Amino acid sequence: MNAAWHSHRYLPMTAQERDEMLRAIGVASVDELLADIPAGVRLSRPLHLPPPMADVDLLAHLRGLAERNGHADRLVCFLGGGAYDHWIPSVVWHLAGRAEFYTAYTPYQAEIMQGELQATYEYQTMLCELTGMDVANASMYDGASATGEAAVMARDLTRRNEIVVSTAVHPHYREVLRTYTRHLGMHVREVPYEDGVTSVARAREALGARTAALVIQFPNVFGCIEDGPALARVAHDAGALLITAVAEPLSLGLLAPPGHWGADIVAGEGQPLGNFLNFGGPYLGMLATRDAFVRRMPGRLVGATVDRHGRRGFVLTLQTREQHIRREKATSNICTNEALNALAAAIYMAAVGKSGLRQIAEVNARRAHYARSRLCAIPGVRAGFDAPVFNEFVLRLPVPPAEVNARLLDRGILGGLPLGLWYPELADAWLVCVTEARTRAQIDALVDAVAEVVTR
Amino acid sequence: MTQRDFPLIFELSRPGRVAVAAPEADVPDVPLEQIVEPSLVRRDPADLPEVSEPDLVRHYTRLSQRNYAIDVGFYPLGSCTMKYNPKVNEDAARLPGFARLHPNVPDDLAQGALQLLWELEQMLCEISGMDRVTFQPAAGAHGELTALMMIRAYHEDRGDRRTRVIVPDSAHGTNPASAAMCGYTVVTVPSDRRGNIDVDALRQVADASVAALMLTNPNTLGLFEERIVEVAEIVHGCGALLYLDGANFNAVLGVTRPGDQGFDVMHMNVHKTFSTPHGGGGPGAGPVAVKAFLAPYLPVPTVERDGDRFRLDYARPKAIGRVRAFHGNFGVLVRAYAYLRAYGPLLRQVSEAAVVNANYLLTRLREYFDVPYDRPCMHEFVLSGRRQKAQHGVRTLDIAKRLLDYGYHAPTIYFPLIVDEAIMIEPAETESRQTLDAFADALIQVAEECARDPETVRTAPHRTVVARLDEVAAARHPNLRWRGPVRAASTR
Repeated sequence: MNAAWHSHRYLPMTAQERDEMLRAIGVASVDELLADIPAGVRLSRPLHLPPPMADVDLLAHLRGLAERNGHADRLVCFLGGGAYDHWIPSVVWHLAGRAEFYTAYTPYQAEIMQGELQATYEYQTMLCELTGMDVANASMYDGASATGEAAVMARDLTRRNEIVVSTAVHPHYREVLRTYTRHLGMHVREVPYEDGVTSVARAREALGARTAALVIQFPNVFGCIEDGPALARVAHDAGALLITAVAEPLSLGLLAPPGHWGADIVAGEGQPLGNFLNFGGPYLGMLATRDAFVRRMPGRLVGATVDRHGRRGFVLTLQTREQHIRREKATSNICTNEALNALAAAIYMAAVGKSGLRQIAEVNARRAHYARSRLCAIPGVRAGFDAPVFNEFVLRLPVPPAEVNARLLDRGILGGLPLGLWYPELADAWLVCVTEARTRAQIDALVDAVAEVVTR
Repeated sequence: MTQRDFPLIFELSRPGRVAVAAPEADVPDVPLEQIVEPSLVRRDPADLPEVSEPDLVRHYTRLSQRNYAIDVGFYPLGSCTMKYNPKVNEDAARLPGFARLHPNVPDDLAQGALQLLWELEQMLCEISGMDRVTFQPAAGAHGELTALMMIRAYHEDRGDRRTRVIVPDSAHGTNPASAAMCGYTVVTVPSDRRGNIDVDALRQVADASVAALMLTNPNTLGLFEERIVEVAEIVHGCGALLYLDGANFNAVLGVTRPGDQGFDVMHMNVHKTFSTPHGGGGPGAGPVAVKAFLAPYLPVPTVERDGDRFRLDYARPKAIGRVRAFHGNFGVLVRAYAYLRAYGPLLRQVSEAAVVNANYLLTRLREYFDVPYDRPCMHEFVLSGRRQKAQHGVRTLDIAKRLLDYGYHAPTIYFPLIVDEAIMIEPAETESRQTLDAFADALIQVAEECARDPETVRTAPHRTVVARLDEVAAARHPNLRWRGPVRAASTR
């Protein structure tokens, strides 16, 4: 007969209703409904899980776990390297957090999902404006996987199977690129950086008749601004595409965007546009390209159309590229994406607006420049590279960077990234990030602390 | 734009308006050209909207009001598991210690986050009957790809080059797409008359060239694979692995474990099964759980425990690499953790209620629609609208659109592909009997309208903010971004 039924706050069904519904179905017990499950594979014991918790206990427990972390509300964060501590205007999550957006499903029924669809269309437009490209999709998983998908897209477009990637691209992005292309008959070659940027001459040597794309990051993993136009020419001279990964899209408020100097596909990470650090996710994969390539683009697209009365409306479109129709011939397997993060990015971009984006970008650059010049004035500390930077820069330290970080932590400062983790040849290098969320006083405190640590 | 159109935010824009006060640099004023070379500086700024904060708030609030969501109403969307999302989970995920935690911090500064992941792994292993979990995949399909890469790495590690993956004809489209992205050829196997995978057909294609069978169980017809033990024997008998698409995991929590059924690897859509809001299409998270023999191939990093300390382990020479930067969609995993701690062993009731709800709804609808596979269903079931099409010229699409007029989201339609005019309904456990009855009444009324007034159904919806949209025109003349009033007018 039916087992005991425990009321639970997420379950409307009462024991009485369960029994009434079973009677209506015409069975005596839930087990009768589960008769197709072979007896030998049924679980004959309760799950070994910790006992249920009431909300008050649950939240206290989670708060305890959360407070064991060194987070950016408690520590002054100078850490970047692919994730950035930016200021998020209050409007962003007040609006993106509205239940009608937040708890919606994928807009398969367009007529009752015009809000989501229009917001995505607006996001696509803003992303095109930001990157200088013609067309953007409705989001990918993150910057790294978007870069991997861009490489596959370049193979399909060029019918070539080799990808050349700069070692000044974030190592996670390069690893994902390798993982995504490994089983598709594609080869990945690396072109080394020189003095913090991709060597144009070495890139030219590396590209050949089989190269589908050159992949660079802008600004790159060292925070340096690549010579994008020259690298685009090199790629195009070889008949290859230029894929530009953008891990810090706020930089495009100040810097000439990849679409203006020849990038064919812009893949990127949209976390800095209004999304929380979240220990690495959820983030926002951005993907934009030229009009001519749209039918090879992975991911969802929202298009404008009209209803039967001629009113403007929005729908998911060009779905014949997608897996639910094309199955194994699809351009990608992506289904669930990062729509909510794209919405937050759209609200962010609309909130800061045309002039605000430029101003925030400038503040990033100016404060980073200030921090860099002050830090470089400390005896023993020198700039890692000479190339211009946006909001991240490499320093060479006379003391191991991890040791410096440990000392900064005592003062409530989350120091930069010890680059030796990713680049063994840069064991003394420290990647520091300064955003608009860092005040001058915080920068000065960092400078004082570093001076004390390294000159001690 | 006509007067009746809802404005785009670009159409609200007026030069000079701002919605935020951007900070001032407050550092010594160095000419910009000393910071960035003039040739690198952007000349024409991104043409983003220029609106005030009130404009912005009203625009997005009104947009939200043009949206359906689980907090607004019922989503009988088969194979999507749209359940209510507990609010305490949101409070948990927004705690600064989680939301404001940088992914590049050393492990010592992430002990709480790593403990949460480690404990979540233990819970997911217990529920799935598996041994290890990777949290890296950002969604279910991403998990499929990750799992197939591990399967491929496993075979290749043994010097075994296999080229084919078997997928049933009822499978989600992501299955064949993922197999193709992993470099496999897809072999489709039909379903039998009871809606199970055709075991004889499976036996015929299962040979040494097969790397894996990708199976959804309960399958996309809402039916439990009755011969799963035999299927596992066939698959393992030819040296292939058995992969579970965990899309329908909500049906069997605490009832039966995939690991006990013979599955070697599975992904979980934690955003479905464990209740993260779907955000209009994402984010999700697609952790992959494996039996111990596949653990060496898990992507880096894994979460390990050394006594009281937790760490990320990158030293895994056989790992398939990374499928994503950093450590996965952590924020989604916090919600899954909170959900599981709120239930504990009572989790079994989730599946029981989901199964009772689905069978109850099926019972109420059975006489009004064709039921292609008439067996007790698990947490979802598939109807067919072929009777309405043949007798009244009303398609399933029309029925779905008419339901919108009654204030419901439509069921999944035209999936699985093997059912003519398919209508796939999954009520989930968080709906009350009263909601199910009201929905059944509405759907029955639509079925009656098909006979009485088919034209009204064929031209539905009538009460939504826009009427039926021209999808053909949208695809034929793609308009994927706003280009300003002048250019928009010229392309009309």
